[in-house]
Amino acid sequence: MKFSEQWLREWVQPEVSTAELAHQVTMAGLEVDGTEPVAGEFSGVVVGEVVKREQHPDADKLSLCQVSDGSETFQVVCGAANVREGLKIPFAKIGAVLPGNFKIKKAKLRGVESFGMLCAEAELGMAESSDGLMELPADATVGQDFREYMGLDDTIIEVDLTPNRADCLSMAGLAREVGVLNKADVTGVAIEPVAAVIGDQASVDVTARAQCPRYLSRIVKGVNVKAATPLWMVEKLRRGGIRSIDPVVDITNYVMLELGQPMHAFDLAQIEGGIRVRMAEQGEKLTLLDGQEVELNSDTLVIADHNKPLAIGGIMGGEHSGVAETTQDLLLEAAFFSPLAIAGRARNYGLHTDSSHRFERGVDYNLAASAMERATALVLQICGGQPGPVAEAVSEADLPQLAHIHLRRERAALVLGMTLADEEIEDILQRLGMKLTAVADGWQVVAPSYRFDIAIESDLIEELARIYGYENLPVRLPAAASPLARVPENRLPMGDLRRHLVSRGYQEAITYSFVDPQLQQAMDPQHAPIALLNPISTEMSVMRTNLLAGLVQAVSYNLKRQQSRVRLFETGLRFIPDGDELHQIPTLAFAATGSRLPQSWADADAETDFFDVKGDVESLLARTGQLASYRFVAGEHPALHPGQTAQIEKAGADGQWQPVGVMGALHPSLQKPLGVKQALYLVQLDLAAVRENRVPDFRELSKFPEMRRDLALVVAQDIAVDDVLTAIRAKAGDYLTKLNLFDVYVGKGIDPDRKSLALGLTWQHPSRTLTDEEVNDSVSSVLAHLEESLGATLRG
Amino acid sequence: MENLEALTQQALAAVSEAQDVAALDQVRVQFLGKKGEITSLMKNLGSVAPEERPQMGAVINEAKDQVQTAINERKQALESAALNAKLAAETIDVTLPGRGLQEGSLHPVTRTIERIESFFAGAGFQVMEGPEIEDEFHNFEALNIPSHHPARAMHDTFYFDAGRLLRTHTSPVQVRTMEAQQPPLRIICPGRVYRCDYDQTHSPMFHQMEGLLVDKGVSFADLKGILQEFMSAFFEKDIKVRLRPSYFPFTEPSAEIDIEWVVETPNGTKHGWLEIGGCGMVHPEVFRHVGIDPEEYTGFAFGMGMERMAMLRYGVNDLRLFFENDLRFLQQFR
Repeated sequence: MKFSEQWLREWVQPEVSTAELAHQVTMAGLEVDGTEPVAGEFSGVVVGEVVKREQHPDADKLSLCQVSDGSETFQVVCGAANVREGLKIPFAKIGAVLPGNFKIKKAKLRGVESFGMLCAEAELGMAESSDGLMELPADATVGQDFREYMGLDDTIIEVDLTPNRADCLSMAGLAREVGVLNKADVTGVAIEPVAAVIGDQASVDVTARAQCPRYLSRIVKGVNVKAATPLWMVEKLRRGGIRSIDPVVDITNYVMLELGQPMHAFDLAQIEGGIRVRMAEQGEKLTLLDGQEVELNSDTLVIADHNKPLAIGGIMGGEHSGVAETTQDLLLEAAFFSPLAIAGRARNYGLHTDSSHRFERGVDYNLAASAMERATALVLQICGGQPGPVAEAVSEADLPQLAHIHLRRERAALVLGMTLADEEIEDILQRLGMKLTAVADGWQVVAPSYRFDIAIESDLIEELARIYGYENLPVRLPAAASPLARVPENRLPMGDLRRHLVSRGYQEAITYSFVDPQLQQAMDPQHAPIALLNPISTEMSVMRTNLLAGLVQAVSYNLKRQQSRVRLFETGLRFIPDGDELHQIPTLAFAATGSRLPQSWADADAETDFFDVKGDVESLLARTGQLASYRFVAGEHPALHPGQTAQIEKAGADGQWQPVGVMGALHPSLQKPLGVKQALYLVQLDLAAVRENRVPDFRELSKFPEMRRDLALVVAQDIAVDDVLTAIRAKAGDYLTKLNLFDVYVGKGIDPDRKSLALGLTWQHPSRTLTDEEVNDSVSSVLAHLEESLGATLRG
Repeated sequence: MENLEALTQQALAAVSEAQDVAALDQVRVQFLGKKGEITSLMKNLGSVAPEERPQMGAVINEAKDQVQTAINERKQALESAALNAKLAAETIDVTLPGRGLQEGSLHPVTRTIERIESFFAGAGFQVMEGPEIEDEFHNFEALNIPSHHPARAMHDTFYFDAGRLLRTHTSPVQVRTMEAQQPPLRIICPGRVYRCDYDQTHSPMFHQMEGLLVDKGVSFADLKGILQEFMSAFFEKDIKVRLRPSYFPFTEPSAEIDIEWVVETPNGTKHGWLEIGGCGMVHPEVFRHVGIDPEEYTGFAFGMGMERMAMLRYGVNDLRLFFENDLRFLQQFR
């Protein structure tokens, strides 16, 4: 909401500067977005009059004018089309300085001397653009300083009002607020009822009473719609951000700005039968003032006549029934529409008007009558005409009820953290227009009808805080926390997991939760993602079903920027639709490509491979203290290399292995389309599965010696090492404490289809020394089982 | 006896010429060994007159001691030289970088969230998280924002269908926590939030941190206190905090949180207020929606954008950098 400071000061005269005023209202919750002068900076411009106009002898489009400044006459060459004899205009004399430090000097235009310049609004910083000279009223005093004449030493203040403060969407509301803040009287305008001189009334039939509890109308006959809107009104409208259209529309807009009541004027001749305020019929059509035809929904309130809709109630009038050049008789409307009947409707038609903005937030339901009188008086003053009586259709039962609010002294003190004196509370609320009745524990309060946002005790406490000043309320620290937080030890803190990856060289990334559907399809074709109805763009239109898509994109982004070694990780939700359900799964993912280590004098230049990344995964899983309850099995994933993919599984409470993640090399066929020309290893884990931490459980240290046997086994190449280890554990007896694979060999001296595994087995008994015999027996049964189940033999 | 003198001189010369421990040992054997040349003189004492024997023996012993001492000293010198040579040979350039170094870092937003979590953990606040795809009830209605409320227009919501949307703030986590637990409650809710707005200063996804304290007797003064403490802790200096009246449907009184920001420019010190979040006393209607008695309990809530906080703390000047994941950016937060 923009308003002129000068206009405000006509209503209320606080002794504060513009900056102080802006600060004051900001600190009262009406945030000032900015202030700007109402015109550019200029001087030396006076009201001038074109006393004579002739054609320039050498230029078709230029006029040669004699311009009076009231005492002298100057020859001025002017190019504007609307220059004519008798016209009063802003006249920049020699020596004037226009915005942009443009100095007016004597000039020669096409051989003719020119002493000054006739100005358009844009040239004075009063409009973005203008078409021709600014035309001043005929009664303007020639020679008067133009700034003074126009009252241009004024500031436009723009406030960003919160939705609850629709009462301040008018000069009256703002002035009330400023008055309260400064304990200053608010003058306002005197509004007298305008007596009817004719008896004409439109018949008004309101069927949508809940939506339109009050509808006032008045006929004014014989108006001159071609009259000029007075300059003071045009200027106030302009400073309020509204363009002048025609006198009738200007008056309704003016009353809206001044009092806060949106109004509408119909051309009486276009109304067939009478006014009907009703809900629209589904599909009914109406051409609006802005020229667009809309198909109405049945949730929309319309002002109709007996045959057709005329306007969308509270939102926008129709083109056909609006005031036009031929209009002679008006029907003025001032209504109260229920906010619930208006809210959201304008948006449904792609509209947002000054009227809908106000009605959907709320308008004083008792304002229509005075607004009608004010508008009528202005119409008579500017356009003439004969007014009829005001016709009111009202449904008292549907009007908002004045809230009677019980304000408790103690409650206010509790919420504010301090006790305000009774006199202070009464003073603040009374200044706000509330009616107070003292009761034992506080007050019964009735808010004025323009403060329709005040409904409950909390609203009043907020008002007390606001007017007393948030900065004047006390500061204290909340009482100490209750018992110590019970942090479960069996849950790894996220910070630990993140830092673990950081110390292994991974950089944390944050990618968007919405991704490109094509990328999503490439990275996770098994899952159909959930799509946004209103995405920012196609590239951000579906919710990720895995975190790999975003990471691959981030890797690619960096590879394209001369990085060759990239290690990234991310944590966040992935979104898996499952019938009517939707799973939002906390996930950890990482990606690694490039050299194993940053290039260094000390480390060999090797490329990252599967086992580097698997080592990162294992070291992370080891943080849980139960690495043995995870396993990697050869797996498949559409986005990963079929020969280099592992499904990561975790032993469940029931002993069953549950998949908790996947890792592998990006499928070579995806490398090019995704912009990753080198091997890229990807890992994705369910966070829940890697955050379950083992709480240590002490076991007595054995005092007895360990026994170790090393075995060199030969097995077929396609036997998974994990199966060998599992087979050994199954038969090595209860006292096997360590099992370590310390070499894998393929090559000379070994059958080309087989591989050699070197394993160290360590036994220890908790309470006695194991004998060679016992250990040898264990080894024998391990070897027998290995041979039988996996065809493994000792290397000869 | 001239012989003894000559031998001694000869032995001492040999000792000082010995270049290593082995050569020195040979010298010892040659002169002082069982059959050594000086030792042999002792054996010849029998041919000396008995009255001269004690004196002669003493002279020989003296010579032996003299040579032995020289050998010991020489040995020590040789050993020490050998050690020095070994040490010199083993000297390395300790300024060479260590092996296997690689370093990553946390994302600045995570770093910011973790710092803030740690401040509030100290004051007994628990971290709570929740779903990002939310329903209308938890994101709006329970927060006193019915459909068609003008405040909804301020949220630029991403929708999936009639009932599901991307949460526009982390307030639904507060709602879910209050639904599940009775006061006293002290929680903070960090996380991703989404608004359908994308330009230089708006990202369609960003991070918020909200806090909620519900207990008996909680007041606006407590809210002012905790925000003041928090800002000073976060920026590690005394920061002026200003609460400015505002409106949120879920709090009352409501306020914008402004902090005073002082910037040194070539044209002098500029100071102004920066809006960094919103806060207020929990609206009784919100308590009713989640089954907490607003007569028994009061509470406050606050929320702020994490990218904004990270930008102020680390001087980042472009919001978009947070989601480009450019290593040159990320690596600055090591």
